[in-house]
Amino acid sequence: MSDKIKSDDVFGLARHYRFQWEEAQGCYVLLFPEGMIKLNGGAGEVIKRLDGKKNVAAVVDELKTAFPEAPDLEADVVAMIELAADKAWIERKST
Amino acid sequence: MSDFEAVNNGAKIGHAPKPLWLLAEVTYRCPLHCAFCYNPTDYVTHTQNELTTEQWIKALREARKLGALQLGISGGEPLLRDDIEEIVAEAGRLGYYTNLITSGVGLTEKRIAEFKRGGLDHIQLSMHDITKEINNFITDTNTFELKKKVAAMIKEHDYPMVLNVVIHRYNIEHIGEILDMAEQIGADYVELANTQYYGWSLLNRAQLMPTKEQLLKAEAVTNKFRERVGNKMKVFFVVPDYYADRPKKCMNGWGEVFMIVTANGDVLPCHSARVLPGLTFPNVKDADLDWVWNESPAFMKYRGDDWMKEPCRTCPDKEKDLGGCRCQAFLLSGDAESADPVCSLSPNHHLIEKAIEDAKNPQLAAQPIVFRNDKNSRKLVDGESDELVADFHALP
Repeated sequence: MSDKIKSDDVFGLARHYRFQWEEAQGCYVLLFPEGMIKLNGGAGEVIKRLDGKKNVAAVVDELKTAFPEAPDLEADVVAMIELAADKAWIERKST
Repeated sequence: MSDFEAVNNGAKIGHAPKPLWLLAEVTYRCPLHCAFCYNPTDYVTHTQNELTTEQWIKALREARKLGALQLGISGGEPLLRDDIEEIVAEAGRLGYYTNLITSGVGLTEKRIAEFKRGGLDHIQLSMHDITKEINNFITDTNTFELKKKVAAMIKEHDYPMVLNVVIHRYNIEHIGEILDMAEQIGADYVELANTQYYGWSLLNRAQLMPTKEQLLKAEAVTNKFRERVGNKMKVFFVVPDYYADRPKKCMNGWGEVFMIVTANGDVLPCHSARVLPGLTFPNVKDADLDWVWNESPAFMKYRGDDWMKEPCRTCPDKEKDLGGCRCQAFLLSGDAESADPVCSLSPNHHLIEKAIEDAKNPQLAAQPIVFRNDKNSRKLVDGESDELVADFHALP
């Protein structure tokens, strides 16, 4: 998929991070000590599916079904996961 | 796809301002007497009229409706109140990400377990030094051993451990050892917060301010540490604005993302806003937070940039820093609408240069520190220490 992200990798939220829907913002947010990240549109949909159980391939499949009209979806999803892993919002889980 | 926005202190969050960060300063009573405390020097007038549990719960509900998300429960020492468990539990039910900001005094096994049940997300513990001597001196207490015990308790209960270390002349040269200690006790985040000069720390400025050389060295040590530990521990280094060229974007803008409810219920856009002249701050006892945030004259006063004077008004950097801090501008120059004197373009910048010179003056540095305690606060309220305060309102 990419140098860093393999299709059978499994990711979940980093320890002590919280992910929730925010009605007042109309988007998902990530919460952690001293910070928060507003996840607009697609970013929230990706993070939501990183449950520490499904692998990246399954997450991509799920998103393809949910958003059939989105072009180049796999590349976008992998880029988002790579970025989230770089920022340590998510971490690899052993299954 | 990768569309996201960081909403840390200092990032933009879109058009309509929302009080994403709510700070509940639940009490000004404190067992510590730190020389660098930013609390108001007249805090003693707010220790007998604290909000009730019900009033806090009402404020939490109203703020959450406005979009408040990160809740800090602070003080003084919040654990001096016996209803923090109830406040934490209500915050948990409302969906806040809740942080208890504490000196550690009053944290027991029983209370920490109750906080966990109530959904407290993390605990921020203040640490002062690796030596017992400096810890006990700067806080004017005997709390060194206690802090280590509390750190272990936080870890045992699987909270993210956030250490906050206020940096000043007495500990700045120990930054390397302080970071090593943080690593050893398993801290997840460390904030090295260089003292900002408000409240008690402004009174003690000449005794607390480090030199530029000390600061540069501390920054280099911090960067080296960061390289070594990587993502394992996040280290924030809050730069002291006196040694910067441009001012900080204070609170990320007046009434943009922060709201503070103080012990007696006053609602402020920043910690020290009550020092500003001609402003009346609303109080949660008789005002709804929706009105406070969206319409009250106090929150509208410095929102945006309509209030700006030159040189800020036409400055190309005005969006970046919004002219700096209104309280600092007033405290140092006597004019709340002038550019923050930290800015090298401010006509009052010489006041900062003088403060830096004063901090090198051995005579001033040898003056006794005014520790934050009820007796000293009473004296300042009664005007017995006027000569001390007048210094900072001197017009250029």
